[in-house]
Amino acid sequence: MDAKTPFYEKILQAGGRMVPFAGYSMPMQFEGIIPEHTKVRQSVGVFDVSHMGRVEVKGPQALEFLEHLVTNHVSKLQMFQAVYTVMCYPEGGIVDDLLIYRLPEHYLVVVNANNNAKDQAWMREQAEGYDVEIIDRTADIGQLAVQGPRAEDVLSKLTETNLSEIGFYQGIQTELAGVEMFISRTGYTGEDGFELYIPAAHAEAVWDKVFEAGKEEGIAPIGLGARDTLRLEMKYALYGNDIDKTTNPIEAGLSWVVKLDKPRFVGKEALEKVKEKKPSRRLVCLEVKDKGIPRPHDLIMTEGEELGHVTSGTFSPSLQKGIALGYVRRGHTKSGTELKIRTRRGEIPVEVVKPPFYKNASHK
Amino acid sequence: MSEVPEDLRYTKTHEWVRTEGTKAVIGITDFAQGELSDIVMVEAPQVGREIKKEEAMGVIEAVKAVSDLYSPISGKVIEVNPKLGTNPETINQDPFGEGWIVKVEMADPKEFEKLMDASGYKEFLAAEGH
Repeated sequence: MDAKTPFYEKILQAGGRMVPFAGYSMPMQFEGIIPEHTKVRQSVGVFDVSHMGRVEVKGPQALEFLEHLVTNHVSKLQMFQAVYTVMCYPEGGIVDDLLIYRLPEHYLVVVNANNNAKDQAWMREQAEGYDVEIIDRTADIGQLAVQGPRAEDVLSKLTETNLSEIGFYQGIQTELAGVEMFISRTGYTGEDGFELYIPAAHAEAVWDKVFEAGKEEGIAPIGLGARDTLRLEMKYALYGNDIDKTTNPIEAGLSWVVKLDKPRFVGKEALEKVKEKKPSRRLVCLEVKDKGIPRPHDLIMTEGEELGHVTSGTFSPSLQKGIALGYVRRGHTKSGTELKIRTRRGEIPVEVVKPPFYKNASHK
Repeated sequence: MSEVPEDLRYTKTHEWVRTEGTKAVIGITDFAQGELSDIVMVEAPQVGREIKKEEAMGVIEAVKAVSDLYSPISGKVIEVNPKLGTNPETINQDPFGEGWIVKVEMADPKEFEKLMDASGYKEFLAAEGH
């Protein structure tokens, strides 16, 4: 039996086509992937992301522990600020990518739904010797992502807080839709937008108010299908596709979250070596030149020689063509390089392009 | 519940067939278009191609998945829906009408009679858990 998020009934009423995902019953789509995708790029859409894992880390050594656990700086966080990071195994492979928020009483760690149990076990293992508490808050908090260029307009109708003062990856504890909650200017779409962390008991009431407030903007619920096309157009990595235990953050293009100047963190030595030797492959953006849509596991080729494989591939509703992410062997990763992808329809010509695929996103 | 018109014949791979004399009009069912959702490209067989029953004769690409199009019958392709080149979403909008995919001159009209009828296809869908 799949678990239900606090928004489950609302989603059913909104016509969500449910699929099992990460142990939850989640909507793949409502009106359709393309119209939902377009809605978020042009106006505003709402995603239930309550299936993601929410973990509280607190105690005298919470900061020290998190600095040990993840590759990015945590100590540099201002109050209510968020940081995107990965946590790695000692060998350099990725346990997960995650967000860490600094809140007044604790740190809030938000992890991938599929990895929630694994991550919490890993965190507890790594916490040995640290004076910290790790508390699972997944079921206590509903999480809504309100995304799109009109997101601020809609949410401003529901709060006294001047949302325009909240910077990218900043947050605030405030009253919104009559409910005390934490909100942040974050998301996974490339568009401006906010994520709302709502006490589960108030989730349905907030859902209703957000949709009421967004009527004029044509607000719509968005499913997992469009979530994937939106993130892929921005080259945001998806754990399980583009990154996993067998990939390291350097080759995945996530060097910017790996701070080798930190005194230590799990995986540092391994990642130093990767950086020194230069990775043997890199995750690149591939744009289809004509027809055809690459799919995960399709081989990436040059003149009959195999260079790697596609990790994510789809039709880009914004670009109106096939796009893909894939690992390609060193020497063939420069933008402008012409390669081929072996799809079900045969080999199709593609070009390595600079990220993101979609260049007009509104995020701040 | 997806629509299953009474006057058509069906395959287990979710194609439908309607006859016009010795010609067969072929498309994919409402169930199939719903599963695929957001169809963005259709690669139909070329006019003149001889196809065999159950042969993979084309490819349907949707945003999230790709699917083969199997021929329900043997024969020669005589027409491809010209609309699908620029408006492949027609299949989502009207799978049994404007969204037809190919017309085939049947080699053996008896093949048509052997395909599932509407009640057979409905039972098949139910047995598959849909």
